[in-house]
Amino acid sequence: MEINIRKHGIYILLISLVTLSHLSLVTSSDLQIVDAERRIDVISHIVRVYLTLKVENTGKSSASEILLAFSPEQAKNIANLQAAVVIGKKRKKTYLPLQVNPTDLPDSPNGTKYFTAYLLNPLSTGESVTIEVLYTLTHSLQPYPVEISQSEPQLVYYHDSALILSHYYIKRQKTMIRTPSNKVESFTRVEPADRKGTELKYGPYEDRSPYSYSPVIIHFENNNPFAVVEELIREVEISHWGNLQITEHYKLAHGGARHKGVFSRVEYQGRPSGSGVSSFKNLLAKLPPRVHSVYYRDGIGNISTSHLRSDFKKSELEIEPRYPLFGGWKATFTIGYGLPLQDFLFESDDGRRYLNISFGCPIAETVVDNLTVKVVLPEGSKNPSALVSFPVEQNLETSYSYLDVVGRTVVVLKKKNVVPEHNIPFQVYYDFHPMFMLAEPLMLTSVFFLLFLTSLAYLHMDISIRKS
Amino acid sequence: MVSKSDTLNGVVKPDLIPTATTLSSIFSLKTLKLKTKQKELLIRVSILCLVYILAFITRLFSVLRYESMIHEFDPYFNYRTTLYLTEKGFYEFWNWFDSESWYPLGRIIGGTLYPGLMVTAALIYWVLRFLSFAVHIREVCVLTAPFFASNTTLVAYFFGKELWDSGAGLVAAALIAICPGYISRSVAGSYDNEAVAIFALLTTFYLFVKAVKLGSLAWGLASAFGYFYMVSAWGGYVFIINLIPLYVLVLLITGRYSMRLYVAYNSMYILGMLLAMQIRFVGFQHVQSGEHMAAMGVFFLMQVFYFLDWVKHQLNDIKLFQAFLRITVTCAVGVGAVALGVGTASGYISPWTGRFYSLLDPTYAKDHIPIIASVSEHQPTAWSSFMFDFHILLFLFPAGLYFCFKRLSDATIFIVMYGLTSMYFAGVMVRLILVATPAVCLISAIAVSATIKNLTQLLRGKNKVALSASGKGVWAINLCLSRRMGAIALLVGAFYLLSRYATHCTWVTSEAYSSPSIVLAARGHHGQRVILMITITAMGNRTVIVDNNTWNNTHIATVGLAMSSYEDEAYEIMRSLDVDYVLVVFGGVTGYSSDDINKFLWMVRIGGGVFPVIKEPDYLVNGEYRVDKGAAPKMLNCLMYKLSYYRFGELTTEYGKPPGYDRARGVEIGNKDIKLEHLEEAFTTSNWIVRIYKVKPPNNRW
Repeated sequence: MEINIRKHGIYILLISLVTLSHLSLVTSSDLQIVDAERRIDVISHIVRVYLTLKVENTGKSSASEILLAFSPEQAKNIANLQAAVVIGKKRKKTYLPLQVNPTDLPDSPNGTKYFTAYLLNPLSTGESVTIEVLYTLTHSLQPYPVEISQSEPQLVYYHDSALILSHYYIKRQKTMIRTPSNKVESFTRVEPADRKGTELKYGPYEDRSPYSYSPVIIHFENNNPFAVVEELIREVEISHWGNLQITEHYKLAHGGARHKGVFSRVEYQGRPSGSGVSSFKNLLAKLPPRVHSVYYRDGIGNISTSHLRSDFKKSELEIEPRYPLFGGWKATFTIGYGLPLQDFLFESDDGRRYLNISFGCPIAETVVDNLTVKVVLPEGSKNPSALVSFPVEQNLETSYSYLDVVGRTVVVLKKKNVVPEHNIPFQVYYDFHPMFMLAEPLMLTSVFFLLFLTSLAYLHMDISIRKS
Repeated sequence: MVSKSDTLNGVVKPDLIPTATTLSSIFSLKTLKLKTKQKELLIRVSILCLVYILAFITRLFSVLRYESMIHEFDPYFNYRTTLYLTEKGFYEFWNWFDSESWYPLGRIIGGTLYPGLMVTAALIYWVLRFLSFAVHIREVCVLTAPFFASNTTLVAYFFGKELWDSGAGLVAAALIAICPGYISRSVAGSYDNEAVAIFALLTTFYLFVKAVKLGSLAWGLASAFGYFYMVSAWGGYVFIINLIPLYVLVLLITGRYSMRLYVAYNSMYILGMLLAMQIRFVGFQHVQSGEHMAAMGVFFLMQVFYFLDWVKHQLNDIKLFQAFLRITVTCAVGVGAVALGVGTASGYISPWTGRFYSLLDPTYAKDHIPIIASVSEHQPTAWSSFMFDFHILLFLFPAGLYFCFKRLSDATIFIVMYGLTSMYFAGVMVRLILVATPAVCLISAIAVSATIKNLTQLLRGKNKVALSASGKGVWAINLCLSRRMGAIALLVGAFYLLSRYATHCTWVTSEAYSSPSIVLAARGHHGQRVILMITITAMGNRTVIVDNNTWNNTHIATVGLAMSSYEDEAYEIMRSLDVDYVLVVFGGVTGYSSDDINKFLWMVRIGGGVFPVIKEPDYLVNGEYRVDKGAAPKMLNCLMYKLSYYRFGELTTEYGKPPGYDRARGVEIGNKDIKLEHLEEAFTTSNWIVRIYKVKPPNNRW
């Protein structure tokens, strides 16, 4: 519940961040969806929905925007939403990304939330266009029973509607839901509905009016790791001497059904397949190639159970927390590594430097509730500016490291509800004069020089007042 | 230039002109050539610098091999308090009531610890921060001990120089830098009181010896401040406050009383006592506790001596004076004895504590205070430990004593006394080897330095001898040659021994003294108590019942009682103590032998010391401690046994052995069918070393 309230807050934030004032909205009668197909993937704890819409303009004027409607519960949990227009037929399909912004409509029925997709070319009368929408939902699989013992599998609920919630009239639609296994306890039937193996199929449904809604609940087994990072602080420290040091502080939790009763080591070790199936004991982090000096530790010290495999394309770090994580258990740890600077720091045409590095959490299939990225620029850098392709909170700080006099500028980027889809590069631009690199070595040299000079002077001078 | 400006200002001092000329002559290259004295200084400073660095880096094995972290329980507690100090400031620290320690009593931190270590580390931290070194307080704490060990080498140099000559000082610095007896308590990460205390101890002694030598008030006051630092850092200050009076007494008896001694002792004692009272943990013990009475007695004796000296000066008649002397001494002794008797009887002067008794009588603790005897480092020292910690110093020590006696002075008398008393204490208790180490190093350094000096003088003098002997014939030359050969052989032998010493020290440091015990999450040098709940408060921010509280015997005995009772009795005790979780350390899977089962007998003894319900023989079979089928029935059903072996009977630990085979003790356990009624397994680590149980809430009555 608490999480949901937080998500709601993000949503409001997102709206307030939108600076573009939206154009006059096209009324619902102007557009209609000829064919809609929705694939919902609930295999991991991050729900991914692929929506293919074939939109036709039946109105008189041309339309340049398409509204995507979501129920308020879903809208709270949307971490990421991308839309693309499909050009070309089967084999030669190309996708052109569209700009999408959250939108408020004054009198939305039942508090429906909207996103507006802006078409590249206005859709004139009689024309149709196919758009693909991908959105990810976090915290949308609700464990039931809420508490399980070590020997039980984890069952979850997924709530959605059999019919696609839409601002427009939908002629034909169907929905497919993929579950991780064929162990489905129950699902709401809205005929025609069917289940084959790991796939649930709703539809096809014909001729549904706007805002048709038919809630369904699917209760199924999902034992994939519900790895939720409650808080992640990534520090990227740039040294112009050739190193990029990254330190990541994790507060990891198992977000699934809470563990109840005893933990038996005999059971856990003796029957790995039937005991603690929803728990996880290792995680995989995908790090950039040429990573060096990797460490993995926590408040006590080094955690020895980790493996690093690296090739020229990527590095994979497999880490094991100090204990297996059962539902509701938490672990805090720190990962740190160094990267060669030339792979990530570049000089732009106007002479400014910019850092180009991936934004999100490197651990596979995790949700980050609160992500803070701190880019520590070298001492003496000026005019920092960050360029991120999705809305984030930005501010500047100053930090002091070894031998700093004026302190280093830190660009702080904060984002809530981060999913692996956010692992895309962002840029931080800044001005830097190479002279500043020499400041600290010069300081040290002069201190030692003075030290030697004084001892030299002391040895050669007679400072006694009386002549002996 | 300088002289010109001087004349312009009109303040020409006659002394400044030669200075000015030397200044200008510095810049000519010719004068850069060093004189012999400067060369000697340069060599001495370089050697000291190298020793300083060596002392630091030889203690870094644990950091290099493992990582930069705090070892063991006490250091972790110290680290936690230091963290609090740096975060909240001194006054908050001083008034800190820590409700998480010693639950349910809580602990007044400011009044129950020696704050010297924490304040030192915090000061270093603040200075480094000021110089814009962005260090973490943990790094400072980890490296405090090596840093102070380095400083100790410098003090050892000056002390050695004071005792013998600068050569002996250098050797002493080098010896103490790598002496295993000292390294054992000062490796990186062993952030304990001893880390700074040895430095403080040696500094106090050095300053006092210096004060006695010069009779200077300034040095006396300096040693008082050294004493203050020692009092603020470690309970071992009692050694100083007893050794120094003893030394003074010996000087008085041997007729070495002088004005210098009077000034040094009085200034040191009065100011040191007043300063020590500022430490809340020590408080008024200097005037109220039996352990500090020797110092006070000697203080009054000094006044009597001074008075007698004055009277002797006034009276010219020897007979009269001797009569006077007899009366005065009798009176003084009588008054002192009466005062002491009245003080003790009225309870104003507290009697000696058990710890103090156990020092004087090694068998005392075993009979009276099992909690002190249970601590492994309070055991009497085995001869192999001496060999391990001192190596060749053990043989050089008597040689050094010989040299000291040969050149007796106030200073050498002091070091002889320090060496002999501390060696006695080192024999009584393993941990006091640490206190003996500086003395042993200094005395051995005198032996080494004096021997080598004699031998090299023999070698250097050869030319003159050869020249003078040229007229006297072949026989003399032969004698001279054989003497030279002998000297060379002895020198080579000495260097061989010293190099063996260096190898031994490095080996011991890297193998024995540098493994942080929390890697195994256990060992707890303060006996099994700690092992029960090691470092949980510090690491997990959890309230813990037994953490190293070796003061409150009953408190610990209660836990011992719980562990050695049957489960339902133990449940009542745990409910009354408000326990949520119980943790045991178990080595049956890994073969880790210092687990709770092996230390259980101490628990029984401590529990039995307070609660006679527990009897040690109940847990033994024919005086034998066993856990297999032949074990005592009480043993097989006590809480400790149940918690350690719960569901262990289902596990196959070793191929070819039956399930439930305990690898630490090499037997199959006797009770495989363990049912827990009031507790449930909450967590067990992958190697079963730490097992945590949850105490269930009471059953619903309906």
